[in-house]
Amino acid sequence: MVTPKKAQDKPSLGSVMAKNKISYLMMAPYFLVFATFTMLPVVASMFISLTYFNMLEMPQWIGWSNYLKLLLEDDIFMISLKNTLLFAVITGPISYILCLLFAWIINEFKGKMRAFLTLIFYAPSISGQAFFVWNIILTGDRYGYLNAFLMDNDFIQEPILWMKTAKYIMPVLIVVQLWLSLGTGFLAFIAGLQTIDKSLYEAAAIDGIKNRWQELWYVTLPAMKPQLMFGAVMQITASFAIADISLQLAGNPSVGYAGATVVTHLQDYGTIRFEMGYSSAIATVLFLMMVGTNKLVQRLLRKVGD
Amino acid sequence: MRLIKVKSSDGPIVVKETFFQRHFRKEKKLNRSRAGNTLLFVFMALCGVFMAMPLVMMVNNAIKPLDEIFQFPPRIFVRNPTFENFTDLFVSMSETWVPFSRYVFNTVFIMGFSVTGHVLIASMAAYPLAKHKFPGKKLLFTLVILSLMFTWQVTQVPNYVIVSYLGINNTYWALIIPAWGYGLGLYLMKQFMEQIPDSLVESARIDGAGEVRTFWTIIMPNVKPAWLTLAIFQFQTMWANTGYTFIRSEELKPLQAAMNQIAAGGAQRTGQAMAVIFILAAIPITFFLICQSSILETMTTSGMKE
Repeated sequence: MVTPKKAQDKPSLGSVMAKNKISYLMMAPYFLVFATFTMLPVVASMFISLTYFNMLEMPQWIGWSNYLKLLLEDDIFMISLKNTLLFAVITGPISYILCLLFAWIINEFKGKMRAFLTLIFYAPSISGQAFFVWNIILTGDRYGYLNAFLMDNDFIQEPILWMKTAKYIMPVLIVVQLWLSLGTGFLAFIAGLQTIDKSLYEAAAIDGIKNRWQELWYVTLPAMKPQLMFGAVMQITASFAIADISLQLAGNPSVGYAGATVVTHLQDYGTIRFEMGYSSAIATVLFLMMVGTNKLVQRLLRKVGD
Repeated sequence: MRLIKVKSSDGPIVVKETFFQRHFRKEKKLNRSRAGNTLLFVFMALCGVFMAMPLVMMVNNAIKPLDEIFQFPPRIFVRNPTFENFTDLFVSMSETWVPFSRYVFNTVFIMGFSVTGHVLIASMAAYPLAKHKFPGKKLLFTLVILSLMFTWQVTQVPNYVIVSYLGINNTYWALIIPAWGYGLGLYLMKQFMEQIPDSLVESARIDGAGEVRTFWTIIMPNVKPAWLTLAIFQFQTMWANTGYTFIRSEELKPLQAAMNQIAAGGAQRTGQAMAVIFILAAIPITFFLICQSSILETMTTSGMKE
C-alpha cells in the first residue's frame, strides 16, 4: 500500500487541534475560570493602573501619572517598599533554609514521632488567627508574657511597648512571620526527602562521603532539586505578600509606618480610598517584583549541585 | 533472615540471626555521628518549643477563667481549667441577629461547592495536561506555574470589578467560583497524575474506553491522595478567607466572619475571643492531622522539573 504523499506532510494546526478536541473540552471549565479570575485580572490591573478609576465613574485615561506619583511623590510607598524588600530578603531565604533544615532533621525520625513533629512545625501556618496569640505575648504593659518574662529576669526595668515602638516593629514582625512560614514548601521538602533512593547514599558512602553535611550537599540536595524549586516559589511569593500580621499586630497605619508593606499600602488605596487606578499601579509593581524574583531564584537554583 | 557473625569460644562463627535480633537490630545509618545527632536534636527541640509555645498558650487561654486571663504576672499554664469561655461563646452565638445555624449553613454551602468544584474541574484539566499531547499544552501549564508566583492581593482590585460585572457580588458565588481556578491545585494534581504509568491509560484505550471513561474509571481512582490534598488546601484557603470584600449581607456571611465579630466585642469578651481563636485554629489542624499521609504522598510529586 502506498500512502499518498500529502498525508505525510505536517498536518495543519487546526486539524491537530480538532483531533484533540476532547483534551480541550476537558480543560475548558478550569481554564475558563482560571482565565477570568487569575489571568484577566493581571492584564486588567496593568490597564487600570494607567487610568483614574473610582468604581463609580468610567475610568479616565491618565497615562503614567499613577506610576510617576507612586515612584516620585509617595513617601509612604517608599517606606512600604523598603519594608517589603527587607521582609523578602530576610524572611524569604531564612524561612526557606528553615523549611529545608527542619524537613531534613524530621526525616531522621520515623512513624508517629515524624508525624508529630511535622504537625508541630506546620500547624502555625494553617492555624488562621492563631497569630493573635502574639498580641498577648507582645502586650505593651506588664501583663504581656514577654515583658513579664524579661522583667522577672531583670533584663529590662520598664515594660516595652513592642508594637508601638518603631524600631521593634520590624524585627518582631519578622519573628512572627518566620513562625508561620513553614507551609506548603515545608511539606514538599519532607515528602521529597522520603523519595530519595537509599542506594544513592550507599553509593556515595563508598565514593568517600564522610559525614552528613557532605551527604546533604552532594547527594540529598541535587536529588531533590525539583522540590527545591517548588519550595522556593512558595516561600518567595509568601514573603512578598506579608500584610495580615502587620495589620493585626502593628495596626494600620503603624507607628512611623514601620510596619507598612506594599500590600498594606495597596489595600489602603484599593479597599479604603477606592482609588482603583493607583492601587492597580501598586499591584503591578508588586506583580513584577514577585515574578521577577521567582524567575531569578529559579535560575540560581538550577545550579545546585552542578 | 540474615547471617551475622557472633563470638564463640572457638573464635567468630557465622549463624542465622534470631527473631529477637532481627526485630531489634540497630539499623546502622551511614554518615551519622553521635555528636551530630545530639546537636541537631537539641536544636530541633528548642525550635519545636518556640513553634509550639504560642499554640500551647492558645489552648491554655481558651480554658482559663477570666480572672486567670487578666492575672498578673501572666502564667502560661492554666490553674483551674473551665469551659466557661466556650459556654459564653455559645450563648453569644445563640443571641446573634441572624440565627447562628444560618452561618453554619453558609460555611458548609461555600466550602462544599468550592471544594468539590475545584477538585472536579482541576482533575479534569490535569488529566490532558499530564497524559495527552496537544498544541498549547506547555503554554497552559507555564501560565499555571506563573500563577503560583504571585498572590491574590495582586489581582484583588480587578477581581472586584469582574465579580461586580458578572453580577455575583454579594452572593455565595463570588467566593465559590474564583476558588475553582486555584492554581496550586491544578499544579499538584497534574504532577501527581504524571506518575500513573502510561501503559495503564494505553490498555484502557485498547479496551475501547473513551477519554472521559478512562479519566473517570482509571485515573480518578488512582489519584485519591491528590483529591484529598486539593480538598484540604482549598479548605485551608477558604477557611482563612472571611469574605468581607465580597459578602456584605449579614445573612450570607460564613461562620468564621461571625465568630470574628463576636471576638471583636471588646475586653469583656476576651474569654470568648480565646475560645474563637482556638476553634478557628483547631478545625484546619484536625483536618490536616487526619489527612497528613495523603498530603505528603501528593507532595512527593510536587517538584518543578523544568
